[in-house]
Amino acid sequence: MEDETFTDISGKAISLDCQNHSSLCREFVVSVPKVSIGKVMVYTCCVWLLAYAVFFFTENTAVLSSAIFITLVGMMLHIHFVKVDHETLLVIGSLGIQLSSSYASGRETTTFIEIGKIKDIVINEAIYMHQIIYYLCVLLKDPSEPNAVSRVVPLFQSSKPRLNCLMKVYKSCQEILSKC
Amino acid sequence: MVLKIFFPQCCNRADSGLLVGRWLSGHDSAVVLAVIHYPFIPGQVKQYIQQIQASSGVELSVLGSWSLPKEGQEGMESFLRDLSTIFPQKRWLQINREVGKTGFNCQVLQRDQNGRAIPREIKKKVEKTDGEAGGDGQKKEKKKVKKKKEEKQKEEEEKKEEEKEEEEDEEEKVIFVHYEQRKVMLSQLHPVENGVSDPKTDPPSELRQMFQSVALSQPLYFLDRYDDGPLKSTHWQSEGREASIIVELLKQSTVPLCMLLRWLLSIWTWICNIRIFSLPPLRFLSSKLSTCVQLSYRTEHMRTLSSPKRTTEHTEFMRKANMVVSVLVDMALGMLLMWWLYKDNHISMLANTLVPAADHVAKELEELLQWLMGAPAGLKMNRALDQVLGRFFLYHIHLWISYIHLMSPFIEGILWYGCLSACFGLTFALSLLSDMVALLTFHIYCFYVYGARLYCLKIYGLSSLWRLFRGKKWNVLRQRVDSCSYDLDQLFIGTLLFTVLLFLLPTTALYYLVFTLLRLVVVLFQGVLHLSVDFINSFPLFAVALRITRSYRLAEGVKFRVLCEEPGTALHLMMEINPLKSSTVVQLYRTPTYSCYPKDSWAALVKKLFVGELIYPWRHKTTKTD
Repeated sequence: MEDETFTDISGKAISLDCQNHSSLCREFVVSVPKVSIGKVMVYTCCVWLLAYAVFFFTENTAVLSSAIFITLVGMMLHIHFVKVDHETLLVIGSLGIQLSSSYASGRETTTFIEIGKIKDIVINEAIYMHQIIYYLCVLLKDPSEPNAVSRVVPLFQSSKPRLNCLMKVYKSCQEILSKC
Repeated sequence: MVLKIFFPQCCNRADSGLLVGRWLSGHDSAVVLAVIHYPFIPGQVKQYIQQIQASSGVELSVLGSWSLPKEGQEGMESFLRDLSTIFPQKRWLQINREVGKTGFNCQVLQRDQNGRAIPREIKKKVEKTDGEAGGDGQKKEKKKVKKKKEEKQKEEEEKKEEEKEEEEDEEEKVIFVHYEQRKVMLSQLHPVENGVSDPKTDPPSELRQMFQSVALSQPLYFLDRYDDGPLKSTHWQSEGREASIIVELLKQSTVPLCMLLRWLLSIWTWICNIRIFSLPPLRFLSSKLSTCVQLSYRTEHMRTLSSPKRTTEHTEFMRKANMVVSVLVDMALGMLLMWWLYKDNHISMLANTLVPAADHVAKELEELLQWLMGAPAGLKMNRALDQVLGRFFLYHIHLWISYIHLMSPFIEGILWYGCLSACFGLTFALSLLSDMVALLTFHIYCFYVYGARLYCLKIYGLSSLWRLFRGKKWNVLRQRVDSCSYDLDQLFIGTLLFTVLLFLLPTTALYYLVFTLLRLVVVLFQGVLHLSVDFINSFPLFAVALRITRSYRLAEGVKFRVLCEEPGTALHLMMEINPLKSSTVVQLYRTPTYSCYPKDSWAALVKKLFVGELIYPWRHKTTKTD
């Protein structure tokens, strides 16, 4: 359970936590930095100053209450649907792989992929404008053709760790997947 | 190879006995379904298992032995090991647990070809801290005690492993997956696979097989501990079978209700099939009126609901349930509307405002036409054509207004009886409203058709004559524009007609624009009504309510949670059901309807408007689905 300094592709610090439950089961948790209070305050101040300015000209109190309402609703929607707190990858040999994203409000979305559908876990490159982005993905088997890949499921999409972090996760996963 | 054992949570504290379950074919795993307690007679156990196998269709077998020895029951282990000779299996699992501890031990006995049992003695300890076993305070002590024991055991293990390593190359590892039996039994994995699976494709996945075995082994869960039979077993219903009286009563009452419904439907079909109603004009009318369409749609639903066959499949059951709930909700909303309309004399108020409203609309239209006949928006119209079109439309309005005035004494009565239709459901009231709006604005529709046809003719004429003006012609055979040499008199007349049509264009175009806009307003209103009717018809309220209240019944998959481990012990997982997303539920279980959907995209619509083609933006899908 080491905690070297990893960063994501835009340079923000993230942390990786590897847990070895048994020789067959490993769990990797990538945590993204939480919502910073400074940013929240800046946004709310901007919105409310704007609302006051509009109120100054229109003398309508509905503007102020709607600004408050919009700020609150926007914050709630952001932490519930947008802001990811940590992403987990649980690899269980001969059972499957489980991916889960946990949001800042506590909501968790989980997907489990059975071992029968998994072809391999690989690190893939994507070229986006001037950047080359490495991402870890799961290749799924095609039921009709044994050698084709039917789908590619990318992992750690919100935290987007860099190659050093991905390599660590990749090596651990391959150790388990190669055993079964 | 790794052996996976799916163990039900209800059997964690069961008394010692035999494990009954199923080996999953194609995967190295076993599902434990129940525990049959000691004392038992092996012959009776075998008979019982065969009985259950015959009635449920699941390949049950005795998987192994389970021991949780109470006081005074030492020596069970050797007894239980000898049982493996009575029940011949390829693999025999020996799982034991000690009172006061939260550890599981598992031994797997393999039979080689001679039938001798070769024990693979790899003891794996499994700890559970999911709140079931004991209190929190005791756990720390247990851990300390266990650590000492573990160290001893590890030393023993290591020695044994060194010996065994020469014999076998791989270690057999065991993963325990705990599941909650009742939830897995009631749940349905999506995507739903109905009927026989294709033998060419791979065998069903491990999870699907496991869910199926638990769900189909219903006869196994009938014996509870209060029965006086020769066998005592533990499963999720062993504390006594529970059922809801209301659900049972509803189930019993469906049979007479279905018969009543079928009888009513037969009468209705007989009425509909009377010769008079199958005359072509009536048939055309009934296909256009949305009330009749809605009526036939609901009749189809009733026919499905009242079928005498019992539903066994999940999709059919959900569809029927959604239909029932939709009909009930519809009727409830309709009753609410009726109550609101009939109290405080709302109907007479509506009737009293209807005729003045129609008058007002007629007056507005007349004013509009007068404006058009003058110099609308500063444009100079062609006087003669203007007067002709204007007077033509004014006469129409005059006719319409006289009919309205003729009908005005009957309006209240018609409204009163019309609102009675709301007792069939809100959808009927809305479709009736839509039909009435269509009938009352029929003159706007007529004006639109006249204006559009005139404009369309003009545009086609103009385009064709423009081609003549340039010396070209439309080649119908080749579907393209070709050059053509015209005679002088053809050119002369063509150019003349072209100029006439061109200068008459603004007048026609203006009339067309005005009436198209009016028509679009009416169409929009009707569209909103139809959309709400469609929404009430198709929304799967039962499925959404099931997703909210009993989310484990609609499963998208499973999720695993690792229960606290000590390093060096085997894996212990808790399997929970991952419910479907609400959006997927709505998409999957929507009742198919004769839905109104926009036939053309925006671009096509604008093009049609420009050219002057008649637009029917809402198209009805046929009720026949594949």
